[in-house]
Amino acid sequence: MRSDVNHVLEFPGGYTRSVGPVIGRFLSELRDGRLVGVRTAGGRVLVPPAEYDPDTGEDVTDEFVPVGPAGTVTTWSWVADPRPTHPLDRPFAWALIRLDGADTALLHVLDVGDHAEPPRFLKTGMRVRAKFRDDRVGGIRDIECFRPEVTSITDPSRLEYRLQGGRALDRFLSGIAEGRIIGHRCDVCGQVIVPMKGLCPRDGVPTSEEVELPHTGTVTTFAVNNLPDPRAPEVPFVSAYVLLDGAGLTMLALVAGLPADQVRMGMRVRAAWRPREEWTKSMSNIKWFEPIDEPDVPFDEIKDYL
Amino acid sequence: MSAVNVAVVAFVQTRHSGEDTGLSETELLAPVITEIKERTGLRRFGFTCSGSNDYLAGAPFSFVAALDAVGAWPPISESHVEMDAAWALYEAWVKLLHGEVDTALVYGFGKTSQTDYAQVATRQLDPYYLAPLGLDADSLAALQARAHLEAVGKGEDALRAVAARARAAGRTNPHALDLPDPADDPYAVAPLRGYDLPPVTDGAAAIVLASGDKARELCERPAWITGIDHRAEPHSPGARDLARSESARIAGEKAGAGGVEVAELHARYTHEELILREALGLGDEVSVNPSGGPLAADPVMATGLIRIGEAAARVHDGTATRALGHAASGPCLQQNLVCVLSGEDHG
Repeated sequence: MRSDVNHVLEFPGGYTRSVGPVIGRFLSELRDGRLVGVRTAGGRVLVPPAEYDPDTGEDVTDEFVPVGPAGTVTTWSWVADPRPTHPLDRPFAWALIRLDGADTALLHVLDVGDHAEPPRFLKTGMRVRAKFRDDRVGGIRDIECFRPEVTSITDPSRLEYRLQGGRALDRFLSGIAEGRIIGHRCDVCGQVIVPMKGLCPRDGVPTSEEVELPHTGTVTTFAVNNLPDPRAPEVPFVSAYVLLDGAGLTMLALVAGLPADQVRMGMRVRAAWRPREEWTKSMSNIKWFEPIDEPDVPFDEIKDYL
Repeated sequence: MSAVNVAVVAFVQTRHSGEDTGLSETELLAPVITEIKERTGLRRFGFTCSGSNDYLAGAPFSFVAALDAVGAWPPISESHVEMDAAWALYEAWVKLLHGEVDTALVYGFGKTSQTDYAQVATRQLDPYYLAPLGLDADSLAALQARAHLEAVGKGEDALRAVAARARAAGRTNPHALDLPDPADDPYAVAPLRGYDLPPVTDGAAAIVLASGDKARELCERPAWITGIDHRAEPHSPGARDLARSESARIAGEKAGAGGVEVAELHARYTHEELILREALGLGDEVSVNPSGGPLAADPVMATGLIRIGEAAARVHDGTATRALGHAASGPCLQQNLVCVLSGEDHG
């Protein structure tokens, strides 16, 4: 209540109202956890039931028919900032719901969960289902709310591994742990493979000749990512193929140090290492690649490394 | 129709206020009654009828106090509706058709600054299915807004355009509130934003009706009521098509809404204007709510009467030959009244 309220109009305990045989039947069924409508002489089913046919003004019949408990939303509104009199104290929807088997719609609360904004799945035509209270008294709020019908489930998924990267990768990471980037030169084609795999993917022959590579290279192609990733929690971030100077294959790395929309194919970059005391035997020793002040490499020189 | 013809011969309203100025409802009303008596030169009326809502002040029979502003001694022939005063005007029109009296005073007053009107309006909801939900008037209106927008395929910018036009018109009307162009208001109840809702308003209005020669005597260019009709729909919002207004359509048809140049619509929410334009067949050539309408000033219980008064004023000043005043009552445009006025002599 506002602090400046100086007059209250209230009937202590509320009014006692007779409900009559039609509304009374609906509320009694509701207390038992059932939803019913009343049939008009014209055959329509009114939910919530009324004593008279809204179309003709004639008495309805005494035939009550089961409806719901599911139904279809015909319109809805979204309360972002609930009033003290509202049934929920967090954002929720009101909805008109045509219960299955009914020809008119029931107005009630539609609880779609805890959302600040209307979730995308909330729309006219969506299927919803009544949630009954346990302690029912014979009132419209014996229905606590309507909830969306189940249309999907969340399937938990987690597996655990103890991975070995293989000997070649282990050797590569040992170099990284010392601040060195090493690769293998292929005896057949002469290209340097980094990170090395112990094999030349072009020639299919084992490799063993180690070559240490400089920490500079060229962006051959890249992607701007707008979905956060554990390794790059701030979006947008850029992941790029970097062709280290002297290497014959690109390696995948993050690019930072400039706005995402200024990253270019052919851009010259240098590895940005974490402080030495933070080094582990992991690629995370290189935070990302940063631009260096050198002219871009012409496309023709990198077109075979995309 | 009856041989008796009835016209609006005078219309007076307050300079409506968006905040409580300390005046009681009766004090708001009194200058309006004084002015309309001076305007018409009448001290007594054949019939007096008012429209107001006791829940606005939270006091039973508070409308009786307003009679102090009229002067009821020796005893006058008087009636009251707990509705917008447009329905009081309808009752007075019927009374004049009987032919026993030839003048009637109609007035309405409303002061929403001292309570939460959207909450007060819950008292008109059915107590079995709707009121226990804690449903407020703005939430109900928002259900209708979405139903209409989805049915006709319009977006929320259509609502904003209504608000922008209403507020701009209101700024040129000295009786309406001075409201800025719609800004980036947050949703009140989506899809309705702050500017889609009527402003809190305190105000009052009065109309004098007269029949036949009396009307010609009191007014240089009487606004003759050539048709007036009101229709209601089922109370339950789920038992009717909220996207359109069948009751407004029928009332407009019965009252002869075609061919009007000006229409003052009792559209308290932006989408209601869209629904009513469609129901009444008002094309782009019709000037709708040149006063700013309820979105620029909403002294409830007088708001509908003011629509008829504003329409009549366009006839009085010669800017229109045929004008329409509309009033609504109940949740989601449940009940609609259409009054068509003409400057051609129908006396």
